[in-house]
Amino acid sequence: MSTATATHDEHHDHGPAPGLMRWITTTNHKDIGTLYLLFALLMFLIGGAMAMIIRAELFMPGLQVVDPMFFNQMTTVHALVMIFGGVMPAFTGLANWLIPIMIGGPDMALPRMNNWSFWILPFAFTMLLSTLFMSGGGPAAGWTIYPPLSLQMGDGFPFMIFSIHMMGVSSVMGAINVIVTIMNMRAPGMTLMKMPLFVWTWLITAYLLIATIPVLAGAVTMLLTDKFFGTSFFNAAGGGDPVMYQHIFWFFGHPEVYILILPAFGVVSQIIPTFARKPLFGYSSMVYATASIAFLSFIVWAHHMFTVGMPVAGELFFMYATMLIAVPTGVKVFNWVSTMWKGSMTFETPMLFAIAFVVLFTIGGFSGLMLAISPVDFQYHDTYFVVAHFHYVLVTGAIYSIMAATYYWLPKWTGNMYDERLGKIHFWVSTISVNVLFFPQHFLGLAGMPRRIPDYAPQFTEFNMISSIGGFVFGLSQLLFAYIVIKTIRGGEKATDKVWEGAEGLEWTLSSPPPYHSFTTAPEVK
Amino acid sequence: MSDSQANDVPHGRLVAKMLLIVVGMFGFGFAMVPIYDVICEVTGLNGKTGRAAEAALTYQEDPNRTLRVEFVSTLNASMPLEFHPVVKTMEIHPGKVYETAYSATNNAGRELVGQAVPSVVPGAAASYFQKTECFCFTRQEFKEGETREMPLRFVVDPALPKHIKTLTLSYTFFDITDKEG
Repeated sequence: MSTATATHDEHHDHGPAPGLMRWITTTNHKDIGTLYLLFALLMFLIGGAMAMIIRAELFMPGLQVVDPMFFNQMTTVHALVMIFGGVMPAFTGLANWLIPIMIGGPDMALPRMNNWSFWILPFAFTMLLSTLFMSGGGPAAGWTIYPPLSLQMGDGFPFMIFSIHMMGVSSVMGAINVIVTIMNMRAPGMTLMKMPLFVWTWLITAYLLIATIPVLAGAVTMLLTDKFFGTSFFNAAGGGDPVMYQHIFWFFGHPEVYILILPAFGVVSQIIPTFARKPLFGYSSMVYATASIAFLSFIVWAHHMFTVGMPVAGELFFMYATMLIAVPTGVKVFNWVSTMWKGSMTFETPMLFAIAFVVLFTIGGFSGLMLAISPVDFQYHDTYFVVAHFHYVLVTGAIYSIMAATYYWLPKWTGNMYDERLGKIHFWVSTISVNVLFFPQHFLGLAGMPRRIPDYAPQFTEFNMISSIGGFVFGLSQLLFAYIVIKTIRGGEKATDKVWEGAEGLEWTLSSPPPYHSFTTAPEVK
Repeated sequence: MSDSQANDVPHGRLVAKMLLIVVGMFGFGFAMVPIYDVICEVTGLNGKTGRAAEAALTYQEDPNRTLRVEFVSTLNASMPLEFHPVVKTMEIHPGKVYETAYSATNNAGRELVGQAVPSVVPGAAASYFQKTECFCFTRQEFKEGETREMPLRFVVDPALPKHIKTLTLSYTFFDITDKEG
């Protein structure tokens, strides 16, 4: 310990402190980015294991693998772990690694807070996962934790609430750090409209985070006081209303889904131009489209609640507002396709993932448009159609972009090339299996199979078996992803500074791997 | 890690602004509670109907218009009460005061304290449905084994939109025995 403290003083001038204390005390954006990304990978595997339990139970009708209570805990905790532990920390990790070296800054603006925002997370998730072993089990009312059902949870309830508070504190600190970094730390000449699109999408995401995470914190605080302090926010007997929880939750929840996807748009907008060897088509329209999506995300929340008994005027407003989002999203898809148009394209693994993102995310977007149509939503609501929809946008959307980003920047981060052959195998196995996994769920949902139920009517058996087989293959292929990442970290063919022939941007002017402290004198941006 | 960046705004001020947004949005989450109540009261969106007696209302009776009122009873999950309307439906004229009752029996083997929460469907009719006397205005205590009829007096405002022909009044009884200090 004393050695670590002694070396810590020189830390700023030389390389990282040796040993474990480097990671605990680090304020370096690259170290913290690495920690975030590895944490996200761990959570991705834990949440994935839960998904395997779900698919194993759903392989056949009837109850055979787990009891229904545990099944419900798996669906709920799978979602919480993947959203708050997988996708969000992965994007924060990418932001930490990339934003400073993309805008020519020396580090994040608030390095000590950065250390905190990461190190809260392992504690938050230990607490969340520990509820699975408490009396009454983990949260089982769905990730939306609707009262009154969620209030029936056992001893783990306050632990779940506090873990959500901690995740929120971590996200908000991360978001403030991103905003201050982008606003204050840009190299001279790096005007806002010259920033790489990944930086732009993260700036907008960060504003969504600070505007909505506190609302979630308020909602779960109300749940906590309803359960333990006799308040009646959502208790009709005391004059409250459980439907109000849904309004407050989705006021957070809908912007949250854009928090999960906007950085993905940014990643894909970096990768496609590189491998199409053309600048991004319609840069400024991309920026405006991102901002419009962020704005619209605040006025569409009740499309998650079409069946609660809204007046027709409300149904119509939320239906049309939701459909409006298809316009800026369509602009983005059009721009990505136009960037590829007549480009000299090559298909390295990051590009494969990026193209798959464009195609499969668009499928998820279209099923989202179907769900937006309020009269038919009454049929789709809470069925596997919804499950298929949000897994297309989150797995083949958000997670595919994170994988694309990993393959794209891993040689920059580690200085080693990943194994291209293994990367391509990972891509093809994942992409085929993920469609086998989720596509049949559209049919199941249209036929009326409800979500979050461990048993189903026998006529759904075949599609569920197909889906489960896809699920097992997809799950296993992610172990290959973890193997490729670890193998690349440990060694491999040396990467050049530029890594990719068509890569543009400040991060490629640094060595691979970049020095521990980069851009200590600001680069000149023309 | 000092540097040569051109910082227009010192970090501290920008952080303070962002924290202000965070605190404001946390407050906004709680502000949504009264906002929601006001919107629902004005529009009758959630079918909430008055939980206090209306002042003596005198409407002009409209004998040419007949409405059907249905009475529904529901028990909240843990409520061990037998609870049902004495009559299931009534044909009424708007503007005239009617009286009916709900009946409850306590077979729980212990004393019960309950609270009934009313709701009207369609929601648009909620603000036209006026109760001058209702067992839902106060909490109800039941001795062990007690059976009691609880009166309800109501009048429907003749200004009720013409397209509404049937109203459903629903009561949900909640067990609040444990919440009594």
